[in-house]
Amino acid sequence: MNMTTNISGAIRTAVLSILLCCVVYTLVIWAIAQLFVPNTANGSLVKNEAGEYVGSRQVAQEFTQDKYFHSRPSAADYNGAGAVGSNLTPTSPKITERAREIIKKYGATAGNLIPADMVTASGSGLDPHITLAAAKFQAPRVAKARGISEAELEKIIASQVEYPGGVMRNEPIVNVLMLNLALDRKR
Amino acid sequence: MIYSFLLAIAVLGLSILISLPLGKWMFKMMCPAPDLMGPAHRKVEGFFHKVIGRAAEADQNWKQYTVSLLIFNTIMFVVVTGVLAFQQFLPLNPDGQKAIEGSLIFNTVTSFVTNTNLQHYSGESTLSYFSQLFGIMWLQFVSAATGLAAVTAASRWLGGSRERNNFYLDMCRATFLVILPVAAIGATLLVLCGLPMTFDGAAVVHTLEGAVQTIARGPVAVEVIIKQLGTNGGGFFGPNSTHPLENVGFYSNIIECISLVIIPIGCVWMFGMITKHRKHALVIFAVMTVLCLVKLGCAITFESEPAVALHDLPVAEASNLEGKELRLGAGASPLWAVFTTCTSNGSVNSMHCSLNPLTGLIPLVGMWFNITFGGIGVGFLGLFTYIIVGVFICGMMVGRTPEYLGKKVETREMKYALPALLMHPLCILGGMAIFCLIPAWGRDTVLNPGFHGFTEMLYEFTSSSANNGSGFEGLGDNTVPWNIACGLVMLIGRFIPIIFQLAICGSLFAKKEVPETVGTLKTDTALFGVVIGGTVVFIGALLFLPVAVLGPIAEYLTTLVH
Repeated sequence: MNMTTNISGAIRTAVLSILLCCVVYTLVIWAIAQLFVPNTANGSLVKNEAGEYVGSRQVAQEFTQDKYFHSRPSAADYNGAGAVGSNLTPTSPKITERAREIIKKYGATAGNLIPADMVTASGSGLDPHITLAAAKFQAPRVAKARGISEAELEKIIASQVEYPGGVMRNEPIVNVLMLNLALDRKR
Repeated sequence: MIYSFLLAIAVLGLSILISLPLGKWMFKMMCPAPDLMGPAHRKVEGFFHKVIGRAAEADQNWKQYTVSLLIFNTIMFVVVTGVLAFQQFLPLNPDGQKAIEGSLIFNTVTSFVTNTNLQHYSGESTLSYFSQLFGIMWLQFVSAATGLAAVTAASRWLGGSRERNNFYLDMCRATFLVILPVAAIGATLLVLCGLPMTFDGAAVVHTLEGAVQTIARGPVAVEVIIKQLGTNGGGFFGPNSTHPLENVGFYSNIIECISLVIIPIGCVWMFGMITKHRKHALVIFAVMTVLCLVKLGCAITFESEPAVALHDLPVAEASNLEGKELRLGAGASPLWAVFTTCTSNGSVNSMHCSLNPLTGLIPLVGMWFNITFGGIGVGFLGLFTYIIVGVFICGMMVGRTPEYLGKKVETREMKYALPALLMHPLCILGGMAIFCLIPAWGRDTVLNPGFHGFTEMLYEFTSSSANNGSGFEGLGDNTVPWNIACGLVMLIGRFIPIIFQLAICGSLFAKKEVPETVGTLKTDTALFGVVIGGTVVFIGALLFLPVAVLGPIAEYLTTLVH
């Protein structure tokens, strides 16, 4: 086989693969997605009661007010277009420092331990969940700020609990944005 | 922790189950027997011949096959360099991504051509949708297919098959009949799990507290599945499958996890069928699986320890959650860390830089071996190099000419095997030596000081040379020295071994078959498995023991002082 035949074979193979793998395949999957699951296919955006988009169910946002449950710490500053983890080694004094500040802010003590997910930054900086334990830990503050009973709040939390993997017994988790939306709806 | 083990066993078991029929399918598609082909299959083959043209008629020997492979890879390089260099003028750029810096283009193109997928950029803030689809994703398909084509040809030569070898035909079969159909099934499943698949630009919303949040999205699902299946690893978003839109929950995580290993395991079965040495393939598979299980056990155990930095604080006891995502579950991250470095994939679902010190050693070991399933095709070829060396050592011990699959292994094969084997440590340790000597290139770019910083650099070179692509992302690696050094290491780590491995296969193919005698080392016994396993561990790991001690092990030892 001479060089010209060789190169022409390579180019023809390349063109066919671009057509099938990049154009046809992408369009078929896109059509399936937009036809059957348009909401998640467009980023799982959620609306509030007024019908305005307030975020994505899959992407954490920052909560600072007492009346809302707070998300996990974010190395990305909750930037949905610049996800990043802290990349700190678990032996890093910077983690200790950050944890101390958070512990002070929430007033955790030896008798009222703070769940580990609230003092560790998630891998993407956009983890939309906290553990059920972390929700319960924050419940007294939220109940007080909203002037509702803790029992009532527990009920709302319970309606939002997810069990990843079912039988695999993973830690139960709560989606922070959905929980806060549920709280706002109750108001 | 017990559930983490159960999850690991379940996912590995399921992957093996899927790989069995997949391996058979791969064999049927890659080596179609003319008299067994159905009419549809015949038409497809005819179509391939027509598209490729006259180049499809040649029966190539190993040299011609390698030349075609290199020509095709050069075209891959040129096309995607063009796509990335001109992305600001090309369509499908709703978020207005700008021009990319030159050394970053070189690094990125090299990274994806070599099936490494090391990323010194963050997808959502650097690449347009056009670059993602026609640059990155295209290379993810064809670089994986290149590996599959290479292992198919190598198996034909080793098995003494008289079938025609034609690189372009093999490429078409690998891309369109093996990888693309599996990717289409997987992408559909991921879309149903909830991954985004849209051409709209980033969404801008007002959060509940009134802040403005920009949420990057795009045609994510199609790229995520091929990055998993093709042992590629380059994600759509910066944090890869850690990102909640790239890995939406427990079940998408399982699908992505299984996709990491099924084609590499399938390659082993396919090798057995092509060479007609199925029991030998089973022994190879057993060696790979045992090594994988040992790594899984270690990683899960080490990672169940809490982060040392939280010691003595009023924090509830839990496994190390720094750099992890809650929806994926506790055992998901060490499992993935092992799978992604068993194969040469390199996608991540947690930040490897934030793994506990000893857990961080496990992915490193995986990449030093780089063969416990390995990259598509090239992983198997890597183990093949160890087999040649192992067989040779055994032959020397009993004092007769070593044989492998009925062919004598002699000086020429060993001459080819050594560079294929030694290029890996040379790239890693040599690169480390240079970057340790020049603080501006190495030390000043790490995030975590001390031993962990050393590991960040070690991981970068290891990942480049192993064509893996994961990283200790604390490293500020988008600098000109890192971009160029890693680019060169990836090229050497990919093409030097492939060329020599194909050379060995071609050389063995040309030899006369020697009849089996009582003195022949049988390749389908447990003893042979032990020999290969031993060769891998001793040669693969001992070379790296000093750097392992200087990095992760030293960091672990400092934690004992507290």
